[in-house]
Amino acid sequence: MIELKGVYKAFGRQVVLDGVDFEVRTGETVALLGPSGTGKSVLLKHIVGLLMPDRGEVLVGGLSVPRLPRRELTELRKRIGYAFQMGALFDSMSVYENIRLGINDETQYRDKAYCDERVAECLRLVNLQPEVSNKLPAALSGGMKKRVGIARAIAGKPSYLLYDEPTSGLDPVNADAMDELIERLQKEMKVTSVVVSHDVRGSFKVADRIALLHHGRIRKVGTAEEFVNAKDEVVREFLERDFQLLETDTE
Amino acid sequence: MDHTTSATAEIPIFVRAPRAVALPFIRSSRHVGRFGLLVVELVRGLPEWRQWLPRAVEQCYSVGYGSLFIVLLTSGFAGAVTSLQAGYQFTGSVPLYVMGAVVTESIILELGPVLTGLILAGRIGARYAAELGTMRVTEQIDALEALGRNPVSHLLIPRIVAGVLMVPALVMLANLFGLLCGWWAAKSSLGITDADFIYGTRYFFKSFDLWYSLIKAEVFGIVLTLIPCYVGYTADQGAEGVGKATTAAVVTASVTILILDTVLARLLLPS
Repeated sequence: MIELKGVYKAFGRQVVLDGVDFEVRTGETVALLGPSGTGKSVLLKHIVGLLMPDRGEVLVGGLSVPRLPRRELTELRKRIGYAFQMGALFDSMSVYENIRLGINDETQYRDKAYCDERVAECLRLVNLQPEVSNKLPAALSGGMKKRVGIARAIAGKPSYLLYDEPTSGLDPVNADAMDELIERLQKEMKVTSVVVSHDVRGSFKVADRIALLHHGRIRKVGTAEEFVNAKDEVVREFLERDFQLLETDTE
Repeated sequence: MDHTTSATAEIPIFVRAPRAVALPFIRSSRHVGRFGLLVVELVRGLPEWRQWLPRAVEQCYSVGYGSLFIVLLTSGFAGAVTSLQAGYQFTGSVPLYVMGAVVTESIILELGPVLTGLILAGRIGARYAAELGTMRVTEQIDALEALGRNPVSHLLIPRIVAGVLMVPALVMLANLFGLLCGWWAAKSSLGITDADFIYGTRYFFKSFDLWYSLIKAEVFGIVLTLIPCYVGYTADQGAEGVGKATTAAVVTASVTILILDTVLARLLLPS
């Protein structure tokens, strides 16, 4: 379970998170929606301890992320897979080495046979051919980089998966494929996931529940149906762009 | 933007003036604090040798072999020019064998370590700052942390170890090559014999000179890797941040080398 209680974060005078209360139950997928620049990625970085809150509490599996000693934080991070927005692949390493680095058990990391098998399995899970493993990230398309980023995130068999804008910058066909991939990974790995996105349509497809971040606070949390039927003007305004598409899909 | 500008204009002068004076000090103190913390992190990362040792070998090859040509080229020309200028100044006034001492002492005590340090501050310092700065802005360093790995032992320690090991070796090679080029230049332009050159070299040479050169090389090796690593590792966001970090790394490392050169001369050489 992931819990954020009254999380406040400011950079200089700019308040990004202004008392965020947010909860993800074990095994569920929650999509965190919001316009660009509202602090969705900042919130995600708090969960993995890349940023610490100025005030408030971040709990992952009952452990307080801001209060954890370094060694225990490192151990917790090994249970969290983080798929970065632009992949954040190590550009001097091959795809194989990138994914291998995600195997965070040192004994397994040094076992070449295990690594070969695990890298091949992760590539299969993200629908990439085994031949990709020898390429450098510079030789990959944007969509492939995101997939390799996800493969690296799942290589250590995490209990939690955090996706930062998995469909941003992708064309509609690849965005749909990415949504299907997230859905499938969820079914196969049964992890607790947070998907940060501003793609309403995709989020409705992959998430059990949806949360809308607005002006540094969670404005609404609910199922796709609850969002569609919401009376809140801010929610309706945000959904408006994709509503037509949703209705078409439902029909 | 307009709001910020008008807000700044509304601040009274008696607040703005001390703030303008204090801000650079606050920024400097912040850098000192962050630099100190990074050094502590480096020391704490040393036991994780399984992480940094293989990468340090790669970096040693890159720093050592990769810089060899430019280092030898610089020291070779420095040796030859020292010899020619010394010949211009001393011919007719002092015995020719003094040339051997002038060239050897100039190269070993000063030109070998300092020129190598400055060249490497440009070549290695710029590369380290740009590499680490790019890794910072493309979230690669965040990714390492998120994977539960220590970026300091993966990225910084290998680079600094390479500097500590390779820069002294390069300086010693630069000393040797500079000396040979100086000898050749003295022979070909001033007509000094091999015996005179060797006599002059041996007459004034003290073994401490080599130790002094080695100590300087070691200190410069730490400076020209540690400063760019810090600057790149803490780079601001965006391409501009990486550009600024690269420039700052080279300038700061070069100036620090020149300052330490003077400090070490004052501390180690008997006056």
